[in-house]
Amino acid sequence: MRDTFVKTLVDMAKEDKNIELITGDLGFGVLKPFWEQVPNQFTNAGIAEQNMTTVAAGMALEGKTVFTYSIGNFPTLRCLEQIRNDCAYHKANVKIVCVGGGFVYGSLGMSHQATEDLAILRALPDVVVMAPGDLVEAEEATKAIAKYQGTCYLRLGRGGEKRIHNCIEDFQIGKAIKVHEGAEVAIFSTGGIFEEVQEAYEVLVKQGYQPAVYTFPTVKPIDKELIENVAREFQLIVTCEEHNIVGGFGSAVAEVMAEMIDKKAVLLRIGINDEYSIRVGNQKYLRERYNVDGSSIVKKIKERVF
Amino acid sequence: MGNKWSSEQLAWKIRRHGIEMTHLSGGSHIGAIMSVADIIAVLYSDVIKYKEDEPRWDERDRFILSKGHAGASIYAALAEVGFFDVDELKTHYQNGSRLSGHVSHHLPGVDFSTGSLGHGLSAGVGMAYALKKDEKENKVYVVLGDGECDEGSVWEAALFANHFRLNNLVAIIDYNHMQSLDFNENTLELNDLGEKWKAFGWNVVEINGNSHDELKVAFKQAEDNSKKSNHKPTVIIANTIKGYGISFMQNDVLWHYRFPHSGWEYDSAVNELHANMPEGVEDIYTPEGIQNPILPTENDDVCNDHTFTHTWNTSYPEKMRRVEAVPGSSAREYKI
Repeated sequence: MRDTFVKTLVDMAKEDKNIELITGDLGFGVLKPFWEQVPNQFTNAGIAEQNMTTVAAGMALEGKTVFTYSIGNFPTLRCLEQIRNDCAYHKANVKIVCVGGGFVYGSLGMSHQATEDLAILRALPDVVVMAPGDLVEAEEATKAIAKYQGTCYLRLGRGGEKRIHNCIEDFQIGKAIKVHEGAEVAIFSTGGIFEEVQEAYEVLVKQGYQPAVYTFPTVKPIDKELIENVAREFQLIVTCEEHNIVGGFGSAVAEVMAEMIDKKAVLLRIGINDEYSIRVGNQKYLRERYNVDGSSIVKKIKERVF
Repeated sequence: MGNKWSSEQLAWKIRRHGIEMTHLSGGSHIGAIMSVADIIAVLYSDVIKYKEDEPRWDERDRFILSKGHAGASIYAALAEVGFFDVDELKTHYQNGSRLSGHVSHHLPGVDFSTGSLGHGLSAGVGMAYALKKDEKENKVYVVLGDGECDEGSVWEAALFANHFRLNNLVAIIDYNHMQSLDFNENTLELNDLGEKWKAFGWNVVEINGNSHDELKVAFKQAEDNSKKSNHKPTVIIANTIKGYGISFMQNDVLWHYRFPHSGWEYDSAVNELHANMPEGVEDIYTPEGIQNPILPTENDDVCNDHTFTHTWNTSYPEKMRRVEAVPGSSAREYKI
């Protein structure tokens, strides 16, 4: 996903000299294509994310479209007030990019796990929050935020994600994407956990069920219209995120459903159960341990429905 | 660029508006407004390029008041040079006003909102960097507080500005030696401030920041520095006095938050300004000053020590009170 992001950004930066990329001293190897091909639009701000973020705001106010890049919580929580006051409040054209959403950097420990970012960024007015679920969504999201005038947050996985969509027609910020038709149960997914959702879907289908699946590359603004339509039609909506259960994607869906007067569906939120990971492990291991992997998703859905 | 007022006239007006605005609103930070007034006045009378009828003019110099709590000072200057109506100053802090206590960009002439300390220099650095990349000639001026230099992000910005040789950037530190609760020296020692900036690679100019002549020389020097081959950014360490211009406010931490109340405080402040009024300015609030002013009595709290730091942590094995005010004067007495 990060390589897709960089490739897409390189292509855009070649066309648009106002696109700038600033890193907080990370991206060895990953950002190489960018600094090789568009060296005059690349800056290393050093290990200083607060300054990096406000420098980006200052540059944006001078007409640049500035991407800030780091991993885990460094480009977000470390400099949250800079995002709020300096980027969002000024509607500055800053695109905050995090590599390593969720348990991507599982073995590096809790400090490197971005598991509350969606909730925290979603709470800020004038910040678009995106979490693409596969390489196609990553490419489309990168293009979309570059065009969008204002502050955006892009939460990426790391590498090795699959292409799940063949192609996405008419990708738009704020619009969910239907992956599988279905009935009774609809699964909503955001971010890299899409691969677990896909695995769960295949298991459920083999067992004779037919859940619908939608991905939400945009967490904010949430696709309210689609949620309302599905909630009127289906019995159960299941949200899946590699993120704390408090405040994130599931909460955004819950907010929409809670205010509906004519919904049929009930809601099941699957996420990390309001805890930090205290065990070391790779992403796959931690997903299993914290019950957000494919088989946990299957188990939780079957407990609720069948 | 208007040159509507001389720096002395503009500084006086900033102080007079500052007294009125905080008096009417019960607003804080008059001490900071007074200490920074001369810096702002010289910038807007002699240094900064702007067009008051075209706030987003591309060739303007950029200005950021990073110590956003002194917002009244820049609001007063912007109104006086014509960005908006002087009458609007009276709405400071009021319901529905554009003039928040801390600086807001929802006002013509303001490039950047501040209020949380330690952000403004980074923003100015970003602007200066983008301007330099695009080979533009504009300068960026950022005024910081000294207490603000407690914030680590200031030093992140200082590293970046030097590394990228932002010689189109001038930082000015309003070094009034006092922050919210006590002197810098008794809060977090900022000693050898100029040396710190030098160590970060900057050109450093140290002056009396309440002297217009010295400020003008310093800004000229910053301009010259921007053409030197070392290409370094310049910081002006402007040694000022908190509350400067109103003798009973000077160097007294009480006036970080207290506003001039009706009675002797307001009357004495206005009349002291009138005693030092430059030619060619008018006072729109009290044109003749205050006749028959109320004067302080023996029972009033004037020029006393309002710091408390020395009462804390007295069992700690180090002496923590390192400087004291000299009551009724702008001097400081160093204890260590």
